[in-house]
Amino acid sequence: MLKDITLGQYFPGDTPAHRLDPRTKILLVIFYIVALFCAKSVVTYGIMILTLLVCVQISKVKAGALFRGLKPVVFIIIFTAVLNLFFTPGNYLFQWGPLHISDAGVRMAVSMVLRIMLLITGTFLMTYTTSPIRLTDGLESLLNPLKRLHVPVHELAMMMSIALRFIPTLIEETDKIMSAQKARGADFESGNLFRKAKALIPILVPLFISAFRRADELAVAMECRCYHGGEGRTKLHVLKFATRDWVALVCGTAIMVGVIVLRQFGM
Amino acid sequence: MRWLPPFPNNREETNALKDILQIENLTHTYGAGTPFQRDAVKDLSFSVREGEFLGIIGHTGSGKSTLIQHLNGLLKPTSGRILLDGKDIWAEPKKIRDVRFRVGLVFQYPEYQLFEETVYKDIAFGPMNMGKSGEELDRCIRESAKLVGLKSETLEKSPFELSGGQKRRVALAGVLAMEPEVLVLDEPTAGLDPAGRENLMANIRDFHRNRGGTVILVSHSMDEIAQNVDRILVLKSAKVLMQGAPREIFARADELLSAGLDVPQITRVAMALKRRGVPIDPAVYTVKELKRQLLALRKGGAVC
Repeated sequence: MLKDITLGQYFPGDTPAHRLDPRTKILLVIFYIVALFCAKSVVTYGIMILTLLVCVQISKVKAGALFRGLKPVVFIIIFTAVLNLFFTPGNYLFQWGPLHISDAGVRMAVSMVLRIMLLITGTFLMTYTTSPIRLTDGLESLLNPLKRLHVPVHELAMMMSIALRFIPTLIEETDKIMSAQKARGADFESGNLFRKAKALIPILVPLFISAFRRADELAVAMECRCYHGGEGRTKLHVLKFATRDWVALVCGTAIMVGVIVLRQFGM
Repeated sequence: MRWLPPFPNNREETNALKDILQIENLTHTYGAGTPFQRDAVKDLSFSVREGEFLGIIGHTGSGKSTLIQHLNGLLKPTSGRILLDGKDIWAEPKKIRDVRFRVGLVFQYPEYQLFEETVYKDIAFGPMNMGKSGEELDRCIRESAKLVGLKSETLEKSPFELSGGQKRRVALAGVLAMEPEVLVLDEPTAGLDPAGRENLMANIRDFHRNRGGTVILVSHSMDEIAQNVDRILVLKSAKVLMQGAPREIFARADELLSAGLDVPQITRVAMALKRRGVPIDPAVYTVKELKRQLLALRKGGAVC
């Protein structure tokens, strides 16, 4: 049952979107988010939607997968829509007791919902087309300048990739421990909240112990292979900007600047 | 409480006994409806007789682990039935926990599921879930600890300060304390040293002989299976390849080898001798039996 959770939602593929340098994709997502927060008219939102559609088309990610990504945030989207719809002052279109819907409210609700949806699908598009390893590689390389300020960039990136690597392992482990305790008659379903919380102890204790054991073993294995942190370390896959990265970055910058300029003209 | 009276460990007598577990056309499909759909076990049927020692062998991925998780209702069959004492275990899904108490399942590397502060408390987890308390609970714990050879001072220790072999015995005691009628073990000796392996198998044999329990042993090791069980079930890619007494199974050694499975070392020696022209029955699987045959040959004045 736990195996059904999809984590690290990377869909392998060989499209231009997959081949882009991870740094480019991270920067593009940042540009996209900045532009999204500047957009406030039909025209600018139109540009944002169009951009996303083109990117989805290029990446060949299925629409169904993108909508699945929205599932966990449905509640937040509805909540924002309702709040904005009923509590924004303006010319009332409709009034019933303390509840009222104004023209500004409708506009606000629509734009907020659009903004959240675009924001999430935009970032998901990046994780769908970039493997976690490449993503952390890209992040490490982008954050490199922070090393001058003694920020342990390499160590943070390493922690991130190890954490991502061990999520499936830990899920599998949890599954096993749950089965074993169930075989001894453990009951996770019935009882009140307190009893249910108490029923988790037989799972959590072995899980923590095995996580520490694994961490220990991994540390020894890494030391055996002379791992000593980021200093002087070279990479197997060196990140390199290609022409397509420059093209993508120029397009991304143009869209962002365009949206900001349009905003200045009140559009 | 439910310990059955001891009875002789004799194959002819076992045959006359009733079936405690019946597996009827069991199929289990993982990831149904996805591209990863796969039958882990397919249309599997066999029965386990009361009081017998059954060995299950098969390659990694032959469906052994999936099969045994059906026996105590941890997995629900995609189709087919599991009958315990003639009753479908899924007839009343709410009472599946009772099935788990009657069919004790010891997973692979069971020491990783220990969690309590003391060995005593950890062994108590199963029987307490059954609702036992007081003297009855204490009796279950001490008897099962004794059965696996844990000293009474060990019971007050933390399970985490014990050695690997001892931890495994604690885990085994945790299942035995529920006094199951059927004990299912998945690779119980994996990762133990030879002495630890022999000790643990001796504990399991004790449970079988003295308590009259039914034991199902899943193992990779042909030697371990050959030395302990009354009957063998060989699985190959989700199906039963063959079943029968060890002698019958090892008589078909060539089939086993072509299925990518091993035969006991002694059988291999006998097969090699046979190939070199020694008139010997290659289906032997114990040192004693081989020795008897060889000595008989020498008395008969055969070439050796």
